[in-house]
Amino acid sequence: MDAAITVSGLVVDRGRRRVLDGLSFAVPHGQVTGLLGPSGSGKTTLMRALVGVQVVRSGEVTVLGEPAGSPGLRARVGYVTQAPSVYEDLSVRENARYFAALYGMSAREADAAITDVGLADAAGQLVRDLSGGQRGRASLACALVGAPEVLVLDEPTVGLDPVLRVELWEKFHALARAGTTLIVSSHVMDEAGRCDRLLLLRDGELLSDCTPAQLRVDGRSDDLEEAFLNVVRAREEVGVSGQGREHRSEERARSGAPRGSEQEIGA
Amino acid sequence: MTATLERRTSTHLSPRLTASTAGRVLRQLRHDHRTIAMMLVLPSVLLGLLYLLWKDLPTLPGQPGIFDRVGLTMLGIFPFVVMFLVTSIAMLRERTSGTLERLLTTPLGRMDLLLGYGLAFGLAATLQALVTVTIATTVYGLDVTGSVWLVGLIAVVDAVLGVALGLLASAFARTEFQAVQFMPVIVLPQFFLCGLLVPVDQMAGWLQVISHLLPLTYAVEALQEVGRSATATTTMWVDIAVVGGAALLALALAAGTLRRRTN
Repeated sequence: MDAAITVSGLVVDRGRRRVLDGLSFAVPHGQVTGLLGPSGSGKTTLMRALVGVQVVRSGEVTVLGEPAGSPGLRARVGYVTQAPSVYEDLSVRENARYFAALYGMSAREADAAITDVGLADAAGQLVRDLSGGQRGRASLACALVGAPEVLVLDEPTVGLDPVLRVELWEKFHALARAGTTLIVSSHVMDEAGRCDRLLLLRDGELLSDCTPAQLRVDGRSDDLEEAFLNVVRAREEVGVSGQGREHRSEERARSGAPRGSEQEIGA
Repeated sequence: MTATLERRTSTHLSPRLTASTAGRVLRQLRHDHRTIAMMLVLPSVLLGLLYLLWKDLPTLPGQPGIFDRVGLTMLGIFPFVVMFLVTSIAMLRERTSGTLERLLTTPLGRMDLLLGYGLAFGLAATLQALVTVTIATTVYGLDVTGSVWLVGLIAVVDAVLGVALGLLASAFARTEFQAVQFMPVIVLPQFFLCGLLVPVDQMAGWLQVISHLLPLTYAVEALQEVGRSATATTTMWVDIAVVGGAALLALALAAGTLRRRTN
């Protein structure tokens, strides 16, 4: 079977800064693929490119056989931004029903999506009056309601309590079993273990495209965070001899990105 | 793989999605009681202030009273100003909250979105016009030679122009501070030059040229026609068409500013 998503030679510039530097990878159908990397590594930019709202300098992004963002894909690809993008002055139900209408779905399916994210009791409340975690789930419901074949989720579990986080991950895997392809970004490595595949991103480059088990082997550690750090160090040592490292740190200094930003991975 | 109803694949105009969007905007409005109250009542209150201002001033025999002339014109200007402000803020919120970017990843077309806003606020403006025209002609005794229904129609077309210009202006505002200041930029020059303060034919030539380029001038002329003629005049219909055309042009330009891909 063809890959659900194919990316080749993707380059994205923002201002004078190169945010994504020639990424190439493929994402298989019906799996949960984790997009991991420190804050500022280009995760959100990559996700925006996948849903076709990012200006791309060069390279190709193909989703379900069509160029990313093409009209035929808009009912088949769901996107949940990092900050909840729902209407604060509408109730959860009104939000879900509006997005349901956009995807050609009924009010009944909107209510089912709300129940799916555990917000049935808060369905009548204005989003403005919800907690941060509830808002994020309301935003998720508005994507689930379209029953998309590809679901792109930007840090969906930030700020959720551990119980809810586990429930959501179970939901993601249930969707994947039903055939949905999920791309889930995170900057916490303990979520990496829950993914079927991992894409490790750092400074706009793809460090690794593997399964969690493979990362444990490559990084010579059972702890995924430790393994990730080992992979990064191994890469940097190669970079010194190939003079790539000088270039990279110069670039980072120019862009003003904090040197120690990788520490956030342990947050 | 997944059970779905009919799925739209084109981005052509969809009446169903436009109506859903208009419904959503109206639902947002419904949760905001204070805005509804201000929208409906404020123009009548301000008009009342003008009425009291001129009530006891003597008028020249054979001439219409100042309130009849100015009040009538204000019936077209209030909805324009109010809807411009409300729409530019609403659209800016759509941009800054991330919902616009999200909508652009859904099957909703850009024109569906803009027309949805136009429809929703056009309906709100119709209610506003009903209230304001009724209060003006009964409580304040505003004298209109022509039909009050035509006054209402012109008020609604003016409101739609305000909506369209508001949608366009919001593209150039990054913050609420900027959006609010587009009000004086877009509205005040049109107000100064529309022929209310000084009749257009008494302005300097180059000001007349500018005045004729601004849509509000035609709205005011249309209202003046209704004010002095018992039957609808051709000039009035042409004026209404010009205002409607300007609104459509602004909507098309606004659609051009909605970029699906951004950096």
